[in-house]
Amino acid sequence: MHTSKHTTSLPAHRYTLVVDLDRCTGCGACGTACAVENNIPPAAEKATERTGTVWMRVHEAAAAGDGPSTFVPIPCQQCDNPPCVDVCPQRAIEYDPRTGIVAQIPVRCLGCRYCMVACPYHTRSFNWWTPEWPEGMKATLNPDVSIRTRGVVEKCNFCVQRLQAARAKASAAGQAEIDPADYVPACVEACPSRALSFGDAADEKGEVARLAKDPESFRLLAGLGTGPKVLYRSSDPAVRERLSRTGVTRG
Amino acid sequence: MKLPAPVSFAVGLVPALAAGWLLFPRLLYRTEAQPLPFNHKAHTEGGMGCADCHAVAENGRFAGLPATEACAGCHAEKGDNAGINALVASYVEPGREVPWLVHARQPDNVYFPHAPHVTGDKLACARCHGPHGESTATKAYVVNRLSGYSRDIWGPSIARVGRKEWQGMKMSDCIQCHRAGGRESACLDCHK
Repeated sequence: MHTSKHTTSLPAHRYTLVVDLDRCTGCGACGTACAVENNIPPAAEKATERTGTVWMRVHEAAAAGDGPSTFVPIPCQQCDNPPCVDVCPQRAIEYDPRTGIVAQIPVRCLGCRYCMVACPYHTRSFNWWTPEWPEGMKATLNPDVSIRTRGVVEKCNFCVQRLQAARAKASAAGQAEIDPADYVPACVEACPSRALSFGDAADEKGEVARLAKDPESFRLLAGLGTGPKVLYRSSDPAVRERLSRTGVTRG
Repeated sequence: MKLPAPVSFAVGLVPALAAGWLLFPRLLYRTEAQPLPFNHKAHTEGGMGCADCHAVAENGRFAGLPATEACAGCHAEKGDNAGINALVASYVEPGREVPWLVHARQPDNVYFPHAPHVTGDKLACARCHGPHGESTATKAYVVNRLSGYSRDIWGPSIARVGRKEWQGMKMSDCIQCHRAGGRESACLDCHK
């Protein structure tokens, strides 16, 4: 576990996503739910694998021999030491010291894409085109998420709008803390094989804190010291060793 | 005739400042009429409070405008008031909502939940909305031609001179209060 250089201590809440690779079938429901929740437009006509907007990408890591592929869903890793924050000249990325969420603020972004270069996980997207939705689909947009314009970078914010909603609900009920059941990201909610779980790792009794300590859990590119709050799990030591060392190459 | 340098400088500067501070704001803003006249005072004098029409929802989010149905609870039929008659004829009878122009409407990327402020911190509505409940007529809705935002977001004075604490709903106004209360927080607490 890493202590963030953006805070003097670890945040009070450490919202963490745990991905169980043994359960992931690579169906892509997480990415679809993410796009619907976060107003990500359908791909532009000219968009390619590298230029489209994807917050939750499911990579296929082929096995060395004849073994089955491992599917690896990779959203923003919500690092405790996020390299993107350090390089942003606009301060358009902020590490929230109370939740550990690395927040992207698109209206501040000037589109230099330093953050995309700095991110070792390739989880950031640049808006090459003005977002467009087919006729009638605008009515389905989520009012809790603002639309990004052409020329800015965006990424997963751990569905922070759901945290905002949970906080407002708690305030209305006169409670200081949110009900954890009210804050679940769209990908976690949608996963049909329950490969994703989400929670506050600072809650020592919680399931996520338990999984974080489990020897089958690991982080992508662990040696970089970025301290991701997205954890992966696999019962296969070869998968654990390979992904924690080299991550997943793009494509 | 050759003017001294400070005079010729002033001859250029004064009209430029006048154009910038007096003429430009007039060009920048456009005034739109509200769909109906509304007398807040007549309602509050009858013993109604803000929350009777502008309630915070159970999920703590919107303290929005009342639906026509709520108005129709009292104003179902025409009487001798032209405003009420217009309400009944144009909105109550056809079952339409009144397209009020909302002075406090924030830009799309702002997330403002009323519950933490009103329910949690017990702020009075007038702290941010001003003595709105004492008005007898709808205020002109003034909108910025470029941004599309209500003038109330900036406040009445372009230079923000003599600003009362409820005048203006800019980010700096939010931050001022949050800092004073030791509540400085993250961008995405109030942005989306």
